[in-house]
Amino acid sequence: MQSLAFDISHTLAGGLVLISLMMLYQDRLYSLLNVFALHALVLSLSVAWQAFIQDAPHLYVTAVIALVFKAIVIPVALHRIVKQLGIHRDIESAVGIGPTMLAGMGLVALSLVLMLRVTSDADPLAREDLAFALSVVLLGLLVMVTRRNAVSQVVGFMSLENGLVLAATGAKGMPLVVEISVAFSILIAFIVIGIFLFRIRERFDSVDVSALDDFRGERR
Amino acid sequence: MVVISDIIVQGVQMLLVLLLAPLLTGYVRKIKARLVRRQGASVFQPYRDLLRLLRKEVVLADNASWLFRVTPYITFAAIWVAAALVPTFATGLLFNWTADLIAIVALLGSARFFLALAGMDVGTSFGGIGSSREVMIAALAEPAMLLIVFCLALVAGSTQLSTVSHFLASSYVGLRVSLGMALVALFMVAIAENARIPVDNPATHLELTMVHEAMILEYSGRHLAMIELGAFLKLLLYVSLIACVFFPWQIALYGGGALSYTIGAGAYIVKLALAGFLLALFETATAKMRVFRVPQFLGAAFMLGLLGTLLLFVSRSF
Repeated sequence: MQSLAFDISHTLAGGLVLISLMMLYQDRLYSLLNVFALHALVLSLSVAWQAFIQDAPHLYVTAVIALVFKAIVIPVALHRIVKQLGIHRDIESAVGIGPTMLAGMGLVALSLVLMLRVTSDADPLAREDLAFALSVVLLGLLVMVTRRNAVSQVVGFMSLENGLVLAATGAKGMPLVVEISVAFSILIAFIVIGIFLFRIRERFDSVDVSALDDFRGERR
Repeated sequence: MVVISDIIVQGVQMLLVLLLAPLLTGYVRKIKARLVRRQGASVFQPYRDLLRLLRKEVVLADNASWLFRVTPYITFAAIWVAAALVPTFATGLLFNWTADLIAIVALLGSARFFLALAGMDVGTSFGGIGSSREVMIAALAEPAMLLIVFCLALVAGSTQLSTVSHFLASSYVGLRVSLGMALVALFMVAIAENARIPVDNPATHLELTMVHEAMILEYSGRHLAMIELGAFLKLLLYVSLIACVFFPWQIALYGGGALSYTIGAGAYIVKLALAGFLLALFETATAKMRVFRVPQFLGAAFMLGLLGTLLLFVSRSF
């Protein structure tokens, strides 16, 4: 039982890393949003499994929050934003897909090496969750760095936050108050980013953030 | 006595793969035709094609060297040996003890090397383009394949196929996300290596798309028959590789009696039929991709293999 429980949580957390890499691979905006919804779905499954094996009912609340907000509300809202803004659906990436994937693999390897060294005397479950969570966070950052479209940067930010939730649940649960406040701050951040998207769009007629460079006078 | 029965079982396995290979290809073609609501040729059509080709005269280009003439036999022999090494219905056969996964990859690689050389031998432009594309695909598919091999070897503690299959059939394995990734990656590599649809379409003669066909365009008669049979065998090889590593159910163990061998053979044929059906379904559902997209496709396979290996280190680290 113990080993099966570990295997299932390993599978779910590993699947989360894999979906983060799939996010790097996408070159269409809508498919990126769908992959993001899948990411949140796997996250909520993973959190629910942790709640089950740690016998911590408040984590179920976290799972439900992740499911409702991140897997349903935010992707649907982003779909509508993309449709309203009329952005063209190809993602312009600053770096090509191949080098990005290689960099992503390097980041995963780095976070595994680092985390397994640092947490050598912790509980194996928490260790593995921390290692995967760090790689999900780094991959989210990589999505934000390599994409020039503001919407996909938002998606990168959200997936980074998914990694934080994974880390928090692995570490023997965190208080529910903290959990809810984090979830709501993310929601607020999402709303603010949405408003900013519309502003950027109004001013520059595009959501390509390289237009901001021109505005500041930093021509490439 | 034991040695003789071992030799017989091994011989049965070698003949089995040789006889089943054209049938599998014919079956996949038939299912594909039925899926697009056409009648399709009989499943035995590949046998008839091979017989017809064997009866025909060989037409050689004037400037073809000896290499051009021996290549069909070399490639066929290498692929047949590789296919005989993969456990199909039973593990622990006579040759299985030499059946190292890395050796199988090397045998397939050398077959491909000779084919690429022969493609350039006559000096036509199609042969050259086919060889260069084939080598590009091989250079990307082989690292991915080796990473899959490493992933399996880390799980099972050996690169020997019999041992791997034995281990994965036991209940020690549990649930491993790495194995799932390796399975998907192996499927992608198998599609690229066998020139199946998203990567290459062997049914066309359109110069923009052909890879494998362009390379063997100059062959005729019994030489072409050998190469075609080699291609059929290679498809069977990959299907049996996937079946024996990831779905080793009902495979007969070493020293099992005739009954367990029969059950194993039956299960093997069922697995082949299922795999052929799934392959045909996949091929009718996807479109051929551009040649320049192939590196991305195989890069994804490479990434899956690497990620599977990395994840294994996490689950092994305590």
